[in-house]
Amino acid sequence: MAEANRLSLHVPEPEVRPGDTPDFSRVVIPKAGSVERPPVDVDPREIRDLAYSIIRVLNRDGEAVGPWAGTLTDDEVMEGLRHMMTLRAFDARMQTAQRQGKTSFYMQHMGEEAVSCAFRKALEPGDMNFPTYRQAGLLIAGGYPMVEMMNQIYSNEADPLKGRQLPIMYSSKEHGFFSISGNLGTQFIQAVGWAMASAIKNDTKIAAGWIGDGSTAESDFHAALVFASTYRAPVVLNIVNNQWAISTFQGIARGGSGTFAARGHGFGIPALRVDGNDYLAVHAVAKWAVERARKNLGPTLVEYVTYRVGAHSTSDDPSAYRPKTESDVWPLGDPVIRLKNHLIKRGLWSDDRHKQTEAEILDTVIAAQKEAEKHGTLHSGGKPSTRDMFEGVYETMPPHLRRQRQKAGV
Amino acid sequence: MPRMTMIEAIRSAMDVSMERDDNVVVFGEDVGYFGGVFRCTAGLQQKYGKTRCFDAPISELGIVGAAIGMASYGLRPCVEVQFADYVYPAYDQIVSEAARLRYRSNGQFTCPIVIRMPTGGGIFGGQTHSQSPEALFTHVSGLKVVVPSNPHDAKGLLIAAIEDPDPVIFLEPKRLYNGPFDGHHDRPVTAWSKHPLGEAPEGHFTVPLGKAHVAREGSAVTVLAYGTMVYVAQAAAEETGIDAEVIDLRTLLPLDLDAIVASVTKTGRCVIVHEATLTSGFGAELAALVQEHCFYHLEAPVARVTGWDTPYPHAQEWDYFPGPRRVGEALLEVMEA
Repeated sequence: MAEANRLSLHVPEPEVRPGDTPDFSRVVIPKAGSVERPPVDVDPREIRDLAYSIIRVLNRDGEAVGPWAGTLTDDEVMEGLRHMMTLRAFDARMQTAQRQGKTSFYMQHMGEEAVSCAFRKALEPGDMNFPTYRQAGLLIAGGYPMVEMMNQIYSNEADPLKGRQLPIMYSSKEHGFFSISGNLGTQFIQAVGWAMASAIKNDTKIAAGWIGDGSTAESDFHAALVFASTYRAPVVLNIVNNQWAISTFQGIARGGSGTFAARGHGFGIPALRVDGNDYLAVHAVAKWAVERARKNLGPTLVEYVTYRVGAHSTSDDPSAYRPKTESDVWPLGDPVIRLKNHLIKRGLWSDDRHKQTEAEILDTVIAAQKEAEKHGTLHSGGKPSTRDMFEGVYETMPPHLRRQRQKAGV
Repeated sequence: MPRMTMIEAIRSAMDVSMERDDNVVVFGEDVGYFGGVFRCTAGLQQKYGKTRCFDAPISELGIVGAAIGMASYGLRPCVEVQFADYVYPAYDQIVSEAARLRYRSNGQFTCPIVIRMPTGGGIFGGQTHSQSPEALFTHVSGLKVVVPSNPHDAKGLLIAAIEDPDPVIFLEPKRLYNGPFDGHHDRPVTAWSKHPLGEAPEGHFTVPLGKAHVAREGSAVTVLAYGTMVYVAQAAAEETGIDAEVIDLRTLLPLDLDAIVASVTKTGRCVIVHEATLTSGFGAELAALVQEHCFYHLEAPVARVTGWDTPYPHAQEWDYFPGPRRVGEALLEVMEA
């Protein structure tokens, strides 16, 4: 065979690696306010370009501009900032708690706080999220008690999941937060099924599915889009593109599709791409997609463009695969600082008030932590009972499990 | 009592359940308008409308994953996987999700779903229309696994499965859909209409999950079987003249250990029969349990007659399928020990 005819395999590589100078110059960032806001009943074919752009509200000067601005009151925006700050403070405390051996594991949200915090505010009571392990903002912004979250992280005697689940795999039906699974992607199609059920029962509730950029490669992602498209399920399908799947850059999952949002096109699902570090833009887009679902117009695919500032988890060291300072040059900045600057610009906030709020939030988080630690941490204090280990496998314990429980001496 | 085939019994179970409970929905590939490739859902869409019984895309993981989401909402989906051989794409959803949802959420979310799938060989189905994957499910904590062997049980067990609060894998031996089959492929088959077990009550009734049934009483040896093998074992007993007690397990998980122990304690001998491959098959669990619970009553080693450890072949169907000759030999061998 002639050398010219030999095939070669293409394996995508990130632009830079450890030791290189971080570079996002190739990432095209449209100006805030430049992307149209179509009516919610738009024909998906008419807004194909939205999957290749980025919907943004906050400009460089901290002003809210364009057709997507203005979905929240001043008080709601300030509450949003508080939620993001709370999640960040919570993350910091729990990250430290893991280092102190109070829990085995933690995963933080640094840089992605706007996505789940703002999305939660676009939902109504009774709607159901099918989150991944990096949407705790849905709980924080939904008013779920931090003490309960910590009890779960510590697997202590007050753990609502009785010590059965790895830390951060929360579950709260009451707060519209479906039980987190360690198996990636599985919840995406379940969200579609939940939404189909709501439609079958002629209910008014909608579902939201969540997935990361890496997990879009799982078969469940494909199944979810097929089912959502076929049955026009009232579901918002959210892809959080934080550029990284542990050590793997997003290009490995995305391939030649251009954007993750563009995957919706093949399924006839309208697809939007949004600045994930812009609280106001996330809320506006979420509201649009939620309204579409609620009006029985069908599913929407949303890609949140953001950056995973922290390590993948407490078991990960990102300096082994990406430049240490890469997050500093991320062109969409920091969601907390951007919303803070917006509020200051509008005269609703100040640096002093921000510092004061930060201190108040820290006090609240520390108080919650003290309360949780009264119930024990992973290796000390109160624990879930061994008896609990055998409960809940089935509604009624079958004879073989009763025998095993007796053998375990409980 | 009206006479019905296993297909009609299964359809009747879904009909009765859909009538009684608006939350019961039925879907799968070709299940809606067409009524299923085996006719198990015929007429249900016409009767209940297409939001209660509908066709699904060819995606087993999609069917099961959507059903889990529906169940967490509050519905009771009874879904179909066209052949048990095609359940593997849904395995992650079944093992990692359906089976564990109650446990991992401490009961906040539950998964009352039924996954129906035609199973078993003896029909020249080759590699991907003949498998018996029950051991892949009995190994999973949180699932229930059911295999009926006649129309009455199929209907009663399926209604019980749909009403059960936990996920149930419902394996339907397709070889038994139209009539019982004892492995004598060279003889004409009997239709359910001519068989005493081919009748079932019209309306609602249940056969409890987790309870075995003595299909043939005997005193010499216990045969543990389910599905098609119940008839093969009975034929083997008649043909060898060995007074075997044939236990139709009906539910594999949770298992009716009391019925097994009572019988083996009485007979002192045990032969386990299944179509599935031998190594790590469900028979291994049964043998271990018999050994643990009946050791001092056993007068012979526990024997297993199963499919060979090969993929299910096409041309060699009757060399693979554990028919009455092979089961009979095992009975004789166990009696000589």
